[in-house]
Amino acid sequence: MSLRVGLVCPYSWDVPGGVRSHVADLAVTLRGRGHSVNVLAPVEEESVLPDWVTDGGRPVAVPYNGAVARLSFGVKATRRVRSWIREGDFDIVHIHEPLAPSLSVLTCWSARGPLVATWHSSHDRSRVLSAGYYVAQTAMEKLRGSIAVSEEARRTLIGHVGGDAVLIPNGVRVKDFTPESHDRQRRRELLFLGRVEEPRKGLSVLIDALPAILQQVPDLVVNVAGPGDIDDVRKDLPAAVAPAVRFLGAVTDERKQELLREVQVYVAPHTGGESFGIVLVEAMAAGSCVVASDIPAFRHVLEDGKSGRLFAAKDPKALADAVLSVLADDAARRALVSRGFPRAAQYDWDTVIDDVLAVYESVRVEGETVSEDLRGQALGRFAARPTFARSRRDGEDS
Amino acid sequence: MSWWWVVAAVIAIGLFGLYLSMTAGRLDALHKRIDTSRLSLDAQLLRRSSVALELATSGGLDPAGAIVVAEAARDARTAADEDSSATDRADAETALTQALSVTLDAEEVAEVRSAPGGSELLAELAASAQRVQLSRRFLNDAVRACAQLRRQRLVTTFRLAGHTPWPDPVEFDDSVPVALVAPSS
Repeated sequence: MSLRVGLVCPYSWDVPGGVRSHVADLAVTLRGRGHSVNVLAPVEEESVLPDWVTDGGRPVAVPYNGAVARLSFGVKATRRVRSWIREGDFDIVHIHEPLAPSLSVLTCWSARGPLVATWHSSHDRSRVLSAGYYVAQTAMEKLRGSIAVSEEARRTLIGHVGGDAVLIPNGVRVKDFTPESHDRQRRRELLFLGRVEEPRKGLSVLIDALPAILQQVPDLVVNVAGPGDIDDVRKDLPAAVAPAVRFLGAVTDERKQELLREVQVYVAPHTGGESFGIVLVEAMAAGSCVVASDIPAFRHVLEDGKSGRLFAAKDPKALADAVLSVLADDAARRALVSRGFPRAAQYDWDTVIDDVLAVYESVRVEGETVSEDLRGQALGRFAARPTFARSRRDGEDS
Repeated sequence: MSWWWVVAAVIAIGLFGLYLSMTAGRLDALHKRIDTSRLSLDAQLLRRSSVALELATSGGLDPAGAIVVAEAARDARTAADEDSSATDRADAETALTQALSVTLDAEEVAEVRSAPGGSELLAELAASAQRVQLSRRFLNDAVRACAQLRRQRLVTTFRLAGHTPWPDPVEFDDSVPVALVAPSS
């Protein structure tokens, strides 16, 4: 059965980001399954839109959830949301980050019928409540079903806002990573991905382990790809280690895919705080051997060490031993890599989409569509404009 | 001197009335959400019992298991009639869940899968069992949200819920047979 699905993305369509690419991948996968999809998102330049994206209005940069987000709100945005709902005649509307003060929360207010939401980030309690408990409640009680992409996002929802959610992890486009070359043609190198100065990403653990690793494999190259102050890190490198480390700075998604396809070993020395570990899945899909710290999220993704090598988190010696063991033993490394492919496939969008469609089906009654909710109109317009909206917009236009 | 007190009072009463009507609207929407969630759960339960019955009569199951599943599926369908109570219904669905999980162990699943059309039936059964789980979960979430609103002083004092019966969560064992869940996911 083919569905008409409306997706709402609260963040600017032209700016790369986690939620935005999630929505795009979801849309492409749903279309591939024969459903008709339309995405409503804030757009800066109209020229580059595919025909399945609807312009939700020009976004404004505002600080939100610890970063500057580009959001759309106000009377104009509300009007666009309403006409999108009227004209779309959707069987299901799927709202991402439903409490984001943008098209998402406007859609919650403006629509009624089979609405589904996906919760991406985790917020602390004060931030959730700063949106206003009443406002959050009125938006949330219209959602027929909620999906959380991680256990953390789910806990935020249950603990701070109230409500339940089904856990459906992010999908990975496995095909984008599929390698052409076998392990033996790969460069004998290590790869680290992540912001260099962020302690949680664990670059310092890797650096502390390098002397021991280089003693055994002197010609090894260690690629460090990720944004951050490189000079700061380079200055603290021990002299014996410095020549082996190659800093690549921030890399694009394409470059990341290439790197994961080229190197033999991907190292994830994270010290905690990771809720899922999507990079590990990408590395497995790309055919690199994964060596990761044994934090719960990684243990789960690597099936307790069956599809990647685990080491005690924050322990440089354990990291060195783990890396050396996979570098020294070609057969063991290739065994891990070949277990990694089917494991990664379980996180492919093509698998994940079945769970999403199950949610769609379980909230809908046959023949029902999403319609405009006229009840909330007064409230929606009233509450959709945070006080800083006007000054920001004026500031940007001048 | 006191005219603006009157204006203020009128505005205050007006705002309060607006708030009351908005709250009544929210309640109404929540009751509707519960109704549709119930309908959707009904549809998924019906689908599950149909597939279970089909599986039992397909000849893929061993005879004893087939009888157990067929009985439980038929009971579940009878309990879905309007005149049976909610508890009877929940008991019947729990019984079907248990009949399925007892019958469909790993060996039996492998057996059924090798029969013609068997793997389609099993996939269909797993899908419907998963949707039952989802529907029930979403229904209970709606019930929780509704009950929370209905407990508010304002709602009870002004009887905003009217004569709509207090929402009850639906509780029964809806687990998917272990052998039907894809390994390691």
